[in-house]
Amino acid sequence: MEIDPFIFRLSIFILSIFVGYYVVWSVTPSLHTPLMSVTNAISSVIIVGAIIAALAGSSEKIFETSNIFGFLAIILAAVNIFGGFLVTQRMLQMYKKKKK
Amino acid sequence: MSANLSAIFYLISGILFILALRGLSSPETSRQGNYFGIFGMLISIIVTFLSIGNFGPGFVYVMVFLLIGGSIGAFIAFKIPMTAMPELVAGFHSLVGLAAVFVAISAFLKPIAFGLGDVGNIKLASLIEMSLGAAIGAITFSGSIIAFLKLRGIMSGSPITFKGQHLINLILGITIILLIYYLCISQLSNVFWSIVIISFVVGVLLIIPIGGADMPVVISMLNSYSGWAAAGIGFTLENSALIITGALVGSSGAILSYIMCKGMNRSFFNVILGGWGATEQAANSKDLEQKPVKNGNADDAAFLMKNASSVIIVPGYGMAVAQAQHALREMVDALKKNGVKVSYAIHPVAGRMPGHMNVLLAEANVPYDEVFELEEINNDFANCDVAYVIGANDVTNPVAKSDPQSPIYGMPVLDVEKSKSVLFVKRSLSPGYAGIDNDLFYRDNTLMLFADAKKMTEEIVKSL
Repeated sequence: MEIDPFIFRLSIFILSIFVGYYVVWSVTPSLHTPLMSVTNAISSVIIVGAIIAALAGSSEKIFETSNIFGFLAIILAAVNIFGGFLVTQRMLQMYKKKKK
Repeated sequence: MSANLSAIFYLISGILFILALRGLSSPETSRQGNYFGIFGMLISIIVTFLSIGNFGPGFVYVMVFLLIGGSIGAFIAFKIPMTAMPELVAGFHSLVGLAAVFVAISAFLKPIAFGLGDVGNIKLASLIEMSLGAAIGAITFSGSIIAFLKLRGIMSGSPITFKGQHLINLILGITIILLIYYLCISQLSNVFWSIVIISFVVGVLLIIPIGGADMPVVISMLNSYSGWAAAGIGFTLENSALIITGALVGSSGAILSYIMCKGMNRSFFNVILGGWGATEQAANSKDLEQKPVKNGNADDAAFLMKNASSVIIVPGYGMAVAQAQHALREMVDALKKNGVKVSYAIHPVAGRMPGHMNVLLAEANVPYDEVFELEEINNDFANCDVAYVIGANDVTNPVAKSDPQSPIYGMPVLDVEKSKSVLFVKRSLSPGYAGIDNDLFYRDNTLMLFADAKKMTEEIVKSL
């Protein structure tokens, strides 16, 4: 019997939860705020779905309802991607060691 | 680009995202980690364009919208003051949530574009995934908006509670599940819209009963939700980058919520059900005036600290509100010149989000190896001459260790009272967020400095 591809995706999902669990526990508490802003940025990889949604359908009708939702989602995700990574970068630049 | 090849690239960007989080295990590797994240994002976006292969006018619009959003994001990232970080993160969470809702809506309206079947005949699994993604996304969106308004001070931080609140939430939650079931058998678009709308309402109802100082838990929780929403959409799109990221972010937020709850010795449900501290305030305010406190000024404080051999600084949310971190750093510099050993003690729930105090201190150029977590530094208070409490309150309250009647009993607190003398900067004697009188105020070794945190610190710098 063939295995449903869904099961493979579920496997990736569950294994990633475990990876996330161990990786996040090893994050030093002083970097918890950058952790939140960077998780914010990476979860905006949802822009992949937004791009597909925006470009769905024929090229003559660019602005059907489903495309408009896609374009809106692109803006939202882009704000997050640029904002999230840049603000994380800005914060991380500030963490300095004692000058010896 | 073939579907298999793009799947491999999505996997690579998923791994890069894991490395981005891994980098945060120490400040030295964190910047590199962030680049991994950016690189992963770039791969995902480029691969998506290549696999669609449509570079017509639509593509131009996509780029235009991407740049519009990107410039808004970049502008915010450069302009935002570090003290506003909690509301920024809450705002960003709301965007992820709304984006997830929009993508789910689009997939529902035009399933064929996503390879999910036709309108009215969408694959069962996809339907469940997209409605879950939309529901969690909607809850994340409206919940984050409320959190944003509370953190920004546009909405009062005090809990909003009413009778039957939990019952209503429960009924709405069950309704969403039933509607998802009904959607699967009927494929009706009205059912889908109802799920989205009810989820928006649930998000609001979920966050309004939670008070200001519980915000670290709320933000972490919404962080987690935004991850699960992304994962739901990832399943719909059969995209491993999104599934991996969703799982990472989801577990990250969950762990942070757990750490924050532990920092307050409260169960997750206790925080979520909210309303803590709303009733205590009135009862405690009566006996406040009766007990004597020792009142000091900046000169006293400067004298005490100058002659100390070690000082521990305990910052809290009040420092963020007063923007006192730079003045504090100046004070510490002056003390160091006098040969005083200074370190900082951070309670896990100090501030309004995980790591809030650390970022502010880093902004003021405080080296991170002078900043310590509760477990690392708590034993040092006994050997320390002066504890300088600036803007913290409940996290220093010894009542948490001695009075089983107290609502904060059992919460891990900084043993500030063990140091030889305590300088407590506070605007007035009013109790903290939890509405609990702080026993520390009336101790013999405590000197109260009644002033704005920033002004007081600046005055101390002057008299040093």
